[in-house]
Amino acid sequence: MIHSLFLINHSGDIFLEKHWKSVIGRSVCDYFFEAKEKAAEPEDVPPVLQTPHHYLISIYRDRLFFLSVIQTEAPPLFVIEFLHRVVETFQDYFGECSETVIKDNVVTVYELLEEMLDNGFPLATESNILKEMIRPPTILRTMVNTLTGTSNFEERLPSGQLSTIPWRRSGVKYTNNEAYFDVIEEIDAIVDKSGTTVCAEIQGVIEACVKLTGMPDLTLSFMNPRLLDDVSFHPCVRFKRWEAERVLSFIPPDGNFTLMSYHVNAQNLVAIPVYVKQNISFFESGSGGRLDLTAGPKQTMGKTVEGLVITVHMPKAVLSASLTATQGSYTYDPATKVLVWDIGRLNPQKLPNLRGSLSLQAGAPKPEDNPSINIALKIQQLAISGLKVNRLDMYGEKYKPFKGVKYVTKAGKFQRPACVAISHFST
Amino acid sequence: MYGCGFSAFRLEARGAMKAALVSAENLQLSLQPELSQEEQALTRARRCHDHKEAQGPGNDELKEMLESNKESLKLEAMKRIIGLIAKGKNASELFPAVVKNVANKNIELKKLVYVYLVRYAEEQQDLALLSISTFQRALKDPNQLIRASALRVLSSIRVPIIVPIMMLAIKESASDMSPYVRKTSAHAIQKLYSLDPEQREHLIEVIEKLLKDKSTLVAGSVVMAFEEVCPDRIDLIHKNYRKLCNLLVDVEEWGQVVIISMLTRYARTQFTSPWQEGVSFDENNEKAFYDSDSEEKRDETETKPYMMDPDHRLLLRNTKPLLQSRNTAVVMAVAQLYWHLAPTHEVSAVTKSLVRLLRSHREVQYVVLQNIATMSIQRKGMFEPYMKSFYVRSTDPTHIKTLKLEILTNLANEANISTILREFQTYVKSQDKAFAAATIQAIGRCATNISEVTDTCLNGLVLLLSNRDETVVAESVVVIKKLLQTQPTQHSEIIKHMAKLFDKITVAMARASILWLIGEYCERVPKIAPDVLRKMAKSFTSEEDIVKLQIVNLAAKLYLTNSKQTKLLTQYILNLGKYDQNYDIRDRTRFIRQLIVPNEKSGALSKYARRILLAPKPAPLLQSAFKDRDRYQLGTLSHSLNLKASGYQELSDWPAVAPDQSVRNVEVIEPQVNEWVPTVGKSKPAKSAKSEDKFYSDSEGEQVDRKGSKNSSSSSNDSSSSSSSSSSSSSSEGSGSEESDEETSDESPKSSSQSGEGSSESETDQKKEKNKKNTDSKAKSKAVNSESEENNNMVSSSSEDGSASSSSDSDSDTEQKKSSSRSKPKVHERPPKEVSLLDLDDVAPSAPTTPKASAYSPSLLSDLEGLSLSSVSSPMQVTVQPFGPVKSHELLHHMSGKGLSARYHFPRQPFLYQPSMVQLQITLTNASDQPLEGIHLGEHSPASLTLHRFSPVERLEPQASVTVSMGIDFNDSTQAANFQLCTKEAEFSVSIQPAVGELLLPASLTQADFEKEQGKLLGMNETSATITMAEGHCSSAVLNKQVRSMANLGEVITGHNNTHRFAGRTVSSGALVLVTVEKREAADATITVNTDKSVMASMLLRDLKQALASA
Repeated sequence: MIHSLFLINHSGDIFLEKHWKSVIGRSVCDYFFEAKEKAAEPEDVPPVLQTPHHYLISIYRDRLFFLSVIQTEAPPLFVIEFLHRVVETFQDYFGECSETVIKDNVVTVYELLEEMLDNGFPLATESNILKEMIRPPTILRTMVNTLTGTSNFEERLPSGQLSTIPWRRSGVKYTNNEAYFDVIEEIDAIVDKSGTTVCAEIQGVIEACVKLTGMPDLTLSFMNPRLLDDVSFHPCVRFKRWEAERVLSFIPPDGNFTLMSYHVNAQNLVAIPVYVKQNISFFESGSGGRLDLTAGPKQTMGKTVEGLVITVHMPKAVLSASLTATQGSYTYDPATKVLVWDIGRLNPQKLPNLRGSLSLQAGAPKPEDNPSINIALKIQQLAISGLKVNRLDMYGEKYKPFKGVKYVTKAGKFQRPACVAISHFST
Repeated sequence: MYGCGFSAFRLEARGAMKAALVSAENLQLSLQPELSQEEQALTRARRCHDHKEAQGPGNDELKEMLESNKESLKLEAMKRIIGLIAKGKNASELFPAVVKNVANKNIELKKLVYVYLVRYAEEQQDLALLSISTFQRALKDPNQLIRASALRVLSSIRVPIIVPIMMLAIKESASDMSPYVRKTSAHAIQKLYSLDPEQREHLIEVIEKLLKDKSTLVAGSVVMAFEEVCPDRIDLIHKNYRKLCNLLVDVEEWGQVVIISMLTRYARTQFTSPWQEGVSFDENNEKAFYDSDSEEKRDETETKPYMMDPDHRLLLRNTKPLLQSRNTAVVMAVAQLYWHLAPTHEVSAVTKSLVRLLRSHREVQYVVLQNIATMSIQRKGMFEPYMKSFYVRSTDPTHIKTLKLEILTNLANEANISTILREFQTYVKSQDKAFAAATIQAIGRCATNISEVTDTCLNGLVLLLSNRDETVVAESVVVIKKLLQTQPTQHSEIIKHMAKLFDKITVAMARASILWLIGEYCERVPKIAPDVLRKMAKSFTSEEDIVKLQIVNLAAKLYLTNSKQTKLLTQYILNLGKYDQNYDIRDRTRFIRQLIVPNEKSGALSKYARRILLAPKPAPLLQSAFKDRDRYQLGTLSHSLNLKASGYQELSDWPAVAPDQSVRNVEVIEPQVNEWVPTVGKSKPAKSAKSEDKFYSDSEGEQVDRKGSKNSSSSSNDSSSSSSSSSSSSSSEGSGSEESDEETSDESPKSSSQSGEGSSESETDQKKEKNKKNTDSKAKSKAVNSESEENNNMVSSSSEDGSASSSSDSDSDTEQKKSSSRSKPKVHERPPKEVSLLDLDDVAPSAPTTPKASAYSPSLLSDLEGLSLSSVSSPMQVTVQPFGPVKSHELLHHMSGKGLSARYHFPRQPFLYQPSMVQLQITLTNASDQPLEGIHLGEHSPASLTLHRFSPVERLEPQASVTVSMGIDFNDSTQAANFQLCTKEAEFSVSIQPAVGELLLPASLTQADFEKEQGKLLGMNETSATITMAEGHCSSAVLNKQVRSMANLGEVITGHNNTHRFAGRTVSSGALVLVTVEKREAADATITVNTDKSVMASMLLRDLKQALASA
């Protein structure tokens, strides 16, 4: 299926190649570079390209292109999903996925790629299994390895491949048994100029960090599972039990993983915690303009809005901004034309305001469109959808784990007023 | 920069390549410190060394390193070589030096050599052949992972000469007992096929065999091989269809994708269309489909009510849960399956999941949006409720924006058009001008499709004409032009407006469009048109070509309609055109002149000039770019690219009449005894054959029951685990017997029959051999001892086994005898010369490195027993001190068991078949007045649980009882083992929760050893409590009894009267558990538990406290 993989950096150099079948020359990437040349932004490069003999499917992540070459019909999503899994594995192993890190760990990277695909078909993609075969590098181990000449390779071979639960390795041991669940929610909203919500929805994920000994069997139940409109699960979740009882029953993978993601369909119920009054105008003469932004709390349910950041994408003609903020600080990047106003905590008594003048490129016509405004914020102690974990039970093991559930709501893709809320709660 | 050139170099001149190589090498070596940063920081000395290297030829240095005796140097060299390969540099020169290391014992080095081999073997075929024998040997390794990786490399080196060897290896691995190896062999099938397509027929046989495999691990890979090698052999699927449907939920994600798309194709050939006529699903498709059928058939379908094939339903039902997968490819696969197979009203089940995918990565969005675009043309209703999900965000990349726009346009109808248009208005203002232009086109499409809004759209577009952005204006003009063509009658106002704007518009395409419009409708704007022409005549020379052509056009049309006013102008323009630099314009001018200006040469044509130039032109159709994409299966690469990708398989039309349904009926499956029986059969042929039968019928019955619940993956795993325990002996046999080692072509039945002989033979002179073995193994044990820690575990666990077998002789229990007699021949089956084979470099170290004993069969363990008995340091030995009173617990009451009652107890004996399992004896009693038949174990949970089933009880007469023994690997936890006790008629869920004390086996230690071990297990590994002992517990004997009845521990003889020590090991992991009870004054005592299993320690302490403190 996947024939070869090329890793290409931002400036268009191929810095790693791996072939699972016979070798394909680098020249195949020229077609990709051609497409890259045409695209204004790296994000604009079409993910699926066609060349006379091959097909190129690429993803762009962390300022790197992962370009796979395939020769015959294959579901493009299959390849794309796999490439993302590769990136995630690298991030998992090395903490980040960048050119330097990959170059530094080229042997581990190669071993990983070798293990993940056989003849172009995915073989082992579960991080738990991979980690049993190839140990992730740590500073300590690298030191020991260099001094003693040993390697980061597992001396013994894992048994996990045969386990009925491929995502969990056997023989996990911890002295402190802990299970943490972060309920992270995002509000995704578009608000038009007049302040009416065009659309708003809540996406959520439950990120888990489970460090439990043995083979624990966990059951997580919600106070109000009806809120969840659409869900997708980690393979460990027993779908039947969810269908029947609306509880999450699973044997967790070891370490960090995304347990589920969900969508709350409550268009009318979504409360948008802040508002932004914007007044951006340009003079007819075209020499400059005025900007006046005020942010204020809307429906915060008595909680404090924190980490408020307002980002304005200015029209291309705006050269510079000379503004004064009553609270926080602002920066204007003349290259990307982005104005960032970092407000911090929102004080309902004294609303933060940013005003001043904008100067335009000489001779440029008056920009007509109103710039779009993105907002990021956090609210502690508030579950924006109202989803609550009822209880977490563990079966199968005798010890009492420490359990914690945290609610976090993060910034989604927001346009014009957008919001993030974080709430905290622990059982 | 080197890489591109290299392939060309290689073909032409080797010398040139070498030069390039050396320079590449130099470059690489100078980069070396950067390549491994940590190293650089730590070994500065070596870096200096590297710099020296940079001057010399690097390859020689690497060769030297590879040939050195130091593992670390070799490893370092291989790492650098991998670095070279990763950068696409040529390292083929080093092939001879690298290939020498293929048999190296160091696993990492080996792995890196494998990577190298796979990369360069094709270029160095002769040398590559040197490595083949190593892989052949490794194929017989007892460790499944080694076998699998050997097969992986062997099949990846793409040397045509080894095709027969590969073929043989694939065939053998396809019946390997390890599902992982079988999976690898399925992958190898494709590799061999691409290397030598001639082997197709043989490979199909292997595929056929693997398709029958029940393991979820294998299913995806074999279907992949099927798709690649013989996608046309749909007949192979029939018998496996239901099995695949049922397994689907438990298959790994990637396999799911492949299986679903294969089943989609399959279903389209085997079932009739669920799309009923009259329900308009997709008019075009429907029509095309039914039109191709004859008229009678149409009647037939109308008269006969549609009944969905149950197998068709099965597929739809079993794929639906996968819509909740986190893997976007799986969700897409299910979505396309529903789209192509499900009845119309059910397709919308996939909508929500598809919309969810839009929150994934950009690339995923791109592909999903493409598919939604195609779907939304045919089925607006499916996505209309989710319209807002397709609203464009300013941060989306252009291709995503365009796709969203496409979908929004597809979704537009009378009801929502106003909302959509409002949304479009904001898009037009976008700073992304390409997107703004696309929006204007979208507005144009909405205007033509929905007649109610045509005027509104047109007005809106006219307003855009005054937009300051050129591209927006130009696009608007072009779209207005198209719109006007559809309704030419009433829009002279707009044309006039555009004519006025003409001076301001600079974009050539827009100017040309306006000119065309004026020309086309010049009779509606009789005053303006000649004026425009007059202006154009002035600026003709400075216009762009496309505009010039339209000027000529306009002139010609005006000449025909209004020659009075424009004759001179036209002639002037035609003259200008005649001398234009562009030959297209010259040609056009010449042609027009001949056409419109009659002269003697032009002949009949000019009579028709008016009809030619002013013919009514059909309005251009504004339709979706995705209109014709539905000819490709959704979710495919071909669909994404909108062209047929190589290897694309058409989705066939539904058959008019369904093919025979009975082909999918699975008959009584003939057990694949031939693979396993010989190996199992040597000890107990009849019995094993029976159990084999059972597990098939078992899993078969279960397949029907279960509807893909997660837990039920057990069936396949059971089969694999039970088969692995039985057949791992075959592999050890294979690697063990000298004949098969030397001769790779040796077939397994042969070797096993040999070993069968050997076993019967060995039974007679076992004693002689045992002695011999012991002496033999002494020598060997030295080598084994030098291995890693795991060895010790292995050794001790196998010694457990050894003691078990000896103790079980003395036991009087009937069942016990049965089992011991079953195992006995295995213990001694191995002829002495086989032991010597362990000396083989490749075999010996790998066997003990397997982490868990679970993969080992009793026979293999007993093989090792020969090694360990003498070698292990004696204090560690686990002893068996049978303890008298055993508590028996109820497992199943006869009231709830419909007459079947079951009690169990822990006989506190090591389990013969798996030393890591706890032995259980279950007494089954038939309390009813009907005989009970076929009592056996059903599914168990948790899925991770490994257990050794008792052999089924065929028939239990009323009031009779029978005791069976089974083993459960509790994994050193007190988690309950749940399983089902099944009779022929019914299944009962039962559960066994062991007390922590039952998870131990006594160990005999001397006092000194005890103290030594205790010294190692201090701190966190020590738990203690002080209790007041109950009266009567104070005497040593009673205390001993109490402790040992609670926990299966061995007493350590001590000198003190007040201190009692007990030692044991946990069954699964063999961790040492030490208990000390120290009596103080009066009735006080301190209990101390030392073990690194802290959870067990606290539980054991609690139980001990209870046992001693209470009465």
